[in-house]
Amino acid sequence: MSQIFVLVEQRQGEIRDITFEMLTKGKDIAGKLGGKLTALLLGNNVKELAKPLTEYADEVLLIEEPWLEDFNSDTYQQVLSDLIHQFKPYLTLIGHTSYGVELAPRLAVSLKLPLATDCVDLRLENQQLTVTRQVFGGKVNVDAIFNKADGYIATVRQAAFPKEEAKVQGAIKEISTPPFEEGERKRFIEYRLPPPGGVDITASDILIGVGRGIKDESEVPAIEELAKVLRGVLACSRPIVDKGWLPNDRQVGSSGKTVKPKLYFALGISGAFQHILGMKESDLIIAVNKDPNAPIFSTADYGIVDDLFKIVPALKQKIGEMKA
Amino acid sequence: MDIIVCVKQVPETAEADLKITADGKTMESAGLVFDINEWDDYALEEAVQIKERLGGTVTAVTVGSEAADSTLRKCLARGADQGIRVTDPKIANSDGYAVAKVLHSAIKDLPFDIVFTGAQAGDDGYSIVGPALAEMLNVPHTTMVKKIQIDGSFAKVNRELEGGLEEVLEVKLPALLSIQTGINEPRYVSIMGIRKAMQKETKILTLSDLALNEKEVGESGSWIQVKRMYIPPVEKQAEFLNGSPEEVAAKIVEILKAQGLI
Repeated sequence: MSQIFVLVEQRQGEIRDITFEMLTKGKDIAGKLGGKLTALLLGNNVKELAKPLTEYADEVLLIEEPWLEDFNSDTYQQVLSDLIHQFKPYLTLIGHTSYGVELAPRLAVSLKLPLATDCVDLRLENQQLTVTRQVFGGKVNVDAIFNKADGYIATVRQAAFPKEEAKVQGAIKEISTPPFEEGERKRFIEYRLPPPGGVDITASDILIGVGRGIKDESEVPAIEELAKVLRGVLACSRPIVDKGWLPNDRQVGSSGKTVKPKLYFALGISGAFQHILGMKESDLIIAVNKDPNAPIFSTADYGIVDDLFKIVPALKQKIGEMKA
Repeated sequence: MDIIVCVKQVPETAEADLKITADGKTMESAGLVFDINEWDDYALEEAVQIKERLGGTVTAVTVGSEAADSTLRKCLARGADQGIRVTDPKIANSDGYAVAKVLHSAIKDLPFDIVFTGAQAGDDGYSIVGPALAEMLNVPHTTMVKKIQIDGSFAKVNRELEGGLEEVLEVKLPALLSIQTGINEPRYVSIMGIRKAMQKETKILTLSDLALNEKEVGESGSWIQVKRMYIPPVEKQAEFLNGSPEEVAAKIVEILKAQGLI
């Protein structure tokens, strides 16, 4: 019981980054246990995808079926249950992504194996598998241990680990799986792309991002004015789109756009990791937030602890004076 | 449509100064403001909107101490027909799995077409309760739901993937749906709603009412146990600009000039 499973996350013929990030962590733990790192690739006509994975894992188990064409947590659950019963891995890693959160809890209940979700770290402490999770919007960390069991499951936060080549030459093994018997309780129909928006925030060198620090829709125009003065474009974090104050083509983060402007000016954005994922590669990040402990300040280059509605007018005036 | 909505009361922590208790395992609750979990707020609204369109009932269920009654009352004032609160000191330190077991015991004998949960909780952020509860109830489920159309015995659902992409699924009813924020516009509580809520029933249940034994909840009934809670170590910190708004604005302008941004 020292094998590590990593579920490959693939969509429309593309392996998603989280897969390689989990393989980095999986290799680390497998090494400490003296176990094998195994990537599980489920899909239809995905043989081509198995090859690059052999550089990261000791083996790739390939399970191909027409009914695995598109992700469905029901079909994935059946295949994974079968594999976990058969191989009894010490740990199974799944991405804490839209797919992973749909699949992992239900799988864990059915297998009676404990699950830790949204882990930013996993390690062995005194032979005990210990995880680190973030709670309260990233303001607090929790170290937790699993209750003892025959195997463990964890979902892993995106970008928590780097992609690191293991330089192994893993073998590809094709595995057959029993037919899917559940019947169609849940059926995938189609992907839906967001409607093309009027503004492409990824094309702008200067982005002014607003977040929950704005308390009312009527406060948006004041920020828009600052964006104009700075020759930038207005962007935002998720809560502003949820409230309908800005259209979703302005959203920065894992469920929105990934941006890399020359300047990202974060106003009243606390810095939930989903937002950070979308803007951390910006050249220069300046953040204004009332809370000195806001996580945004560990990503920003410059921080201002103050009310954004005091800073914004002062800045507008200063730039106006300079231009005059 | 008979709909059950699972809700949780959580502290608002976005702008709060958080302190960890002396044993290093929980958060000091003194000074924190509690309200309905944001995701559950959207779930409740979705349930009430479906009831208004198609008829039926909405039952709000929560697990928590007496303080959580304010969240249940809010649900009743916004259109839920009845409330259930499960409470027992032994439930303390439960993770999402143990809470799902409690909810399962509380609702398994109730009739329902849909069970709603929030996609996650703003405090512990497990994202476990919905799908775990669906497995216990043996009904199909889907999470991160952004749009629902009821079509006979199916729900056609848009769920959020990454990068702005969505997928459309068809889920057979009865089903459990975990709701993502932004699916609707949660209504405000009206005076009329508050008055009506006063006549609505709230049932209070304990572990013995649910025939759950104490080992099935709390730390022993959970998947994981919290060992330490701590403020994350600062790996990188912004350089802070101090002074009056005018002084800070001048410093920002200098930085932007130096970078050739203005």
